[in-house]
Amino acid sequence: MIEILKPGLFSTIQDKGRVGLQSYGIPHSGSMDSFSSDLGNKILGNNVENAVMEITMIGPVLEFKTSSIICITGADLSPFINNVNVLMNTSLVVKKNDVLSFGRLIDGLRSYIAISGGFKTEKAYNSRSMCKNVTKAVRLNKNDILKFDKSVTLSDSELLVKNIKSFGNVLSVYKGPEFFMLNSYQQNYIMSHEFSISNSYNRMAVQLKDLIVNELVSIITSPVIPGTVQLTPNGTLIILMRDCQTTGGYPRILQLEEKSINSVSQLKKNSKLNFKLKI
Amino acid sequence: MNKNFFINYFQFNSSSILISWENSIENDIIFDVLSFKNAINNNIKQILEVRNAYSSLLVTYKYSIDNIYSEIKTLKQVYLNKIKINLVERKTWRIPVCYDKFFSKDLDNISTSLNLSRNQIIKLHHENKYMVCFLGFLPGFLYLSNLNKKLYFPRKSVPDLSVAKGSVGIGGSQTGVYPSDSPGGWNIIGNSPVNFINTSTDEISFAQPGDLIKFYPITLEEHQVILKESNKFKFEWEAIND
Repeated sequence: MIEILKPGLFSTIQDKGRVGLQSYGIPHSGSMDSFSSDLGNKILGNNVENAVMEITMIGPVLEFKTSSIICITGADLSPFINNVNVLMNTSLVVKKNDVLSFGRLIDGLRSYIAISGGFKTEKAYNSRSMCKNVTKAVRLNKNDILKFDKSVTLSDSELLVKNIKSFGNVLSVYKGPEFFMLNSYQQNYIMSHEFSISNSYNRMAVQLKDLIVNELVSIITSPVIPGTVQLTPNGTLIILMRDCQTTGGYPRILQLEEKSINSVSQLKKNSKLNFKLKI
Repeated sequence: MNKNFFINYFQFNSSSILISWENSIENDIIFDVLSFKNAINNNIKQILEVRNAYSSLLVTYKYSIDNIYSEIKTLKQVYLNKIKINLVERKTWRIPVCYDKFFSKDLDNISTSLNLSRNQIIKLHHENKYMVCFLGFLPGFLYLSNLNKKLYFPRKSVPDLSVAKGSVGIGGSQTGVYPSDSPGGWNIIGNSPVNFINTSTDEISFAQPGDLIKFYPITLEEHQVILKESNKFKFEWEAIND
């Protein structure tokens, strides 16, 4: 078991989310940066569907009540075990009473803690991904106790993965269903402008700062998915993320490739980004 | 008679195809969308989910699409061979709503603006049957059509930070029930004590797109009784034979 001594800024349990339930209005959810989340599970020899902890910008302080093996991937939040700096992207043995904490954010935004066998928290519709209106707990809180599979045998095999990152500021996109409604000036502007992230960015959506001259009206409510880029009537671009609603009424002008959704997950306020069209 | 619609096929991402009809809310279109959805579910394997909105379908495959042209060709064949939606399987659900002053905090405002009495508004609201077009916005939120035009009323310009679970609202030409506490901009005229979303995976929502909803008025006391045991509420329905 793990006790949460401090929850950090915003920490949740995530897995692959709830695929195939969007017709009920249930968000997809799942790890924002699925690449980093999968990487942690793979390094530990877990199934990629095992639940991991997603931590954001300011990491939690966790005390292990039982020993296990963990792996930290994604953003570099300067991880420590018992105040000693530890490596990312490799398996780490943790013993009873060890304390995992984090320091300064070096790069990225979201880090993942995978644990041997995965976290065994509440399930809703076959997924442990925490999400508002779906799971009872929507984030981790102080004094929470998390269970994990403790029947894991500690192996001494070691794998250290270097220089592997899902980060990037160039987002590869496809044209969205309403892209053709934009005039050529708007199309060129969107494809050539360097955008920056506003102070509104969370698991539901990332809003961009720079406005686009826009006369497009809303469309009737239609399906949207994570990675859909909407253009609002006031000219704001909104990138929908993993916890987004299942339908929306703003024109869907771009669609991010899966790996670019991971990249956006690691960008914070004022980060710059460009769109690059995939034909 | 089958009306012919112009339908557009569009690859939305690596594993999904968006099928769009004319951008408009009409019964003919919704029935065509739902018929096609049924036919896809019954005829194409490898599909993770097909979901619809007013005039579109999103077909999500279990795997990345290898050859988009061949998938679209298959879909087009399914469309040509589909039969009209099997109306026998549709249901009319009877859903209790309490329009008491305790819940209907925006009813007086609508009453003044529309120059209709509270009772007239309540009657107009529960005498129509509404069609479930699709679910979205929140888990278990039903997009309903067929609100009486006399009750069209604009959304609030500044949304309320918290609208209570069960709230029945009017927003523009739409009416609906909030399945959970949520921020929202609709005008609240009542509250339903039943659960619109179920935590069990067997039956997440009682209603399917194509079903009808008939609200019936209940008193505040009846509301409290149902609410106390809302998990045990037995939904009443009738088959639709039209």
